[in-house]
Amino acid sequence: MNVHDPGPPGDSGLTVRDLAVNYGPVTALRGVSLDVPRGAVVTVLGGNGAGKSTLLRAISGTLRFHRGGIGAGAVAFGGRRLSGASTSAVVAHGVVQVPEGRKVFARMTVEENLRAGALGARDRRAAAEARERVLTLFPVLAERARQRAGLLSGGEQQMLAIGRALMARPKMLLLDEPTLGLAPMMALRIADTVREINAQGTTVLLVEQNAALALSLAGHAYVLEVGRVVLSGPAAELAESDEVRRRYLGIGDDRDEALLSGAPSIRPALTRWTA
Amino acid sequence: MTTFLELLVNGISIGAVYALIALGFVIIFKATEVVNFAHASLLLVGGFIVAKTHESLGFWLALLLGLAGAAALGALIEFAVIRRANVVSHSILAIVTIGVDIVLTTELTRQIGTEVLALGDPWGSEVLHIGAVNIPLARIAALVTASLVIALFLLAFKYTNWGIAMRATAEDSETAALMGVRRGRVSMGAWAVAGALAALAALFMCIFPTPGLDRTVTATAMKAFPAAILGGLDSTTGALAGGLIIGVTESLVGGYQSELVFLGRGLGDVAPFLVMIIILLIRPAGLFGTRELARV
Ligand SMILES: Nc1ncnc2c1ncn2[C@@H]1O[C@H](COP(=O)(O)OP(=O)(O)O)[C@@H](O)[C@H]1O
Ligand SMILES: [Mg+2]
Repeated sequence: MNVHDPGPPGDSGLTVRDLAVNYGPVTALRGVSLDVPRGAVVTVLGGNGAGKSTLLRAISGTLRFHRGGIGAGAVAFGGRRLSGASTSAVVAHGVVQVPEGRKVFARMTVEENLRAGALGARDRRAAAEARERVLTLFPVLAERARQRAGLLSGGEQQMLAIGRALMARPKMLLLDEPTLGLAPMMALRIADTVREINAQGTTVLLVEQNAALALSLAGHAYVLEVGRVVLSGPAAELAESDEVRRRYLGIGDDRDEALLSGAPSIRPALTRWTA
Repeated sequence: MTTFLELLVNGISIGAVYALIALGFVIIFKATEVVNFAHASLLLVGGFIVAKTHESLGFWLALLLGLAGAAALGALIEFAVIRRANVVSHSILAIVTIGVDIVLTTELTRQIGTEVLALGDPWGSEVLHIGAVNIPLARIAALVTASLVIALFLLAFKYTNWGIAMRATAEDSETAALMGVRRGRVSMGAWAVAGALAALAALFMCIFPTPGLDRTVTATAMKAFPAAILGGLDSTTGALAGGLIIGVTESLVGGYQSELVFLGRGLGDVAPFLVMIIILLIRPAGLFGTRELARV
C-alpha cells in the first residue's frame, strides 16, 4: 500500500474548501472540502452523477464549458488560488486534467496529440524531455506516432490521453475515471502507470468508480455522494469499512447490497423475488 | 482548344483567389463556429487601403498595409464581437456579423462612390503569349501568389504549434483548453489570418482584366461563399477544391455563354450557386466537410 507522508497541512498541495458548484439551477456540489498533499495519490470515489467530474472541472477551470460555475468556496494549489483562474492559467500553475472518456484528438495523429499537450508549456527543451519520458512510459505511442489517434484501441487512447497531459510537465495530475470501459488487464496496466508517474514526483488526484483499483493506488480516499463528501480517511481504512465494502467493492450481505446499491429500487427487488 | 485553355487557366487563377477567401472563411468557422458574413467587407477594407495608399507609399508597401489593416480589423471584430461566444449562440453571432458587414460596406461604398480605384499593381495589362494561348500577366501573378500563400498556409496549419492549436480547438475546444490553449488567442489569430487572406484576394480581384476596385467587388467576393460551402465549411481542403470548382465553372460558363444562351443570360454569375446547390443535394456536408450547414 502506498501511504504517503502528508507533510505540513496545506503545504503547497491542492486544497478545496467548502466548494459549491451549480449548473444553472442545478446544484452539483455543496460544501466539498478535500486536501491532496504534494506527492500523494488521493482518490475520490462515487457512483454516476455523484459530482466527481464536476469537482475536477472546478479545479481545472472548465466549468464554463458546461455552463456551470463555482457558487461558493475556493480551490488553491501551492498556496495559489485556482478558483476564478482561466484553464490556461491552471495549466501554467502545473495542474493538468485528463478528461473523462480520454478525449484524444481523433482526427490528429498520435504525435500531434502529444504536441498539443505541450502547447501550454513555453519551454521547448522541457517539451523534448517530457516527450522522452512519455515515450519511455508508453512505448506503444512511439510505434503508433503517425497513426490517427481515433484508430487506437481504448487502452492505447487512455495512454495517449495521460501521455498528452504529461507533456505539460504537470506538478499535479487530475485523472477522471481512467479505467472506464477498459478490460481488467488494461485497467491494471493503467494503474501501474499511475503509480509510476506518482513515484516520479507527480501528485495525483484520481476520480474513480472502480473502488478496488483506486483504493489500492491511493493513500487517502474520499467518498462523494450526491455532491457531498460522506466519508473520508486513509484508503486502507476505507477499504476495510463495511459501508465501502458493501457499496463500492460489492462485498458483503447480499440483501443489504441490493438494498443499498443506490440503483432504482425495482430491479434489485425483482432479482430478489426471482432468486 | 486555345479558347478552352485560356478559359481554364483564367478559371484556375480566379479559383485560387476564391480559395483564399474561402480558406479564411473556413478557419474562422473552425476556430469559432461562426459563419462570418462580414468576410466580404474585410476584403473591401483591404482593397480600399491599397487603393488609397499606393500612390504615396508605392505598391508593395501599400499592399503590406492593406494586409495588415484587414488583419487588424478581423482581430478587432473577433475581440469586440465574437469573444461573447460564451453568452450567445453561434447563430446569433453569425447574424451579428451581418450587421458588421452592413456597417462597413455601407461606409466604404459611400467613400468609393461611383469611382473605380486603381490598385497600382506592377503587372498592368500585359499579356503573356504561350504559343497560341494568351494569358494576362496579372492572372499568372494571381495564380502563382495564391498558390504559394495557400501552400504556406496549409504547411503552417499542419506543422506549426499555431496549426496544432487551431486544429485541436476546432476538434474539441474544452480538451484543447485543458492543454493550456487559449481559445481567445486561437480565435483572434484565425480572424486576423482570414482578414489578411481576404485583402490579398481583393488585390487579385481588382486588377486586370477588372478595371479596378469599385463598389461591386463585394458581390464578386460573395462567390467564395458557395466555394467554402460546397467544399465543406470546416475543411481547408474543401475550401481549396471549392474555390477551384467555382472559378473554373464560372470561367467556362462565362466563356461559352454564347453557346449556352438558351439557358439565359448572366449564367456565368449564377453558375457557382447552381453548382453549390447540386453538390449540397448530393453531399449535405459538402465535398470534404464533416458538418452539415443545418448545425450552424
Ligand atoms: N452540464 C451540466 N448541466 C447540468 N447538470 C449537470 C451538467 N453536468 C453534470 N450535471 C449534473 O451534476 C451532477 C454531477 O455530475 P458529474 O460531475 O458529471 O458526476 P460524475 O462525474 O460523478 O458522474 C449530476 O447530477 C449531473 O446530472
Ligand atoms: Mg464523471
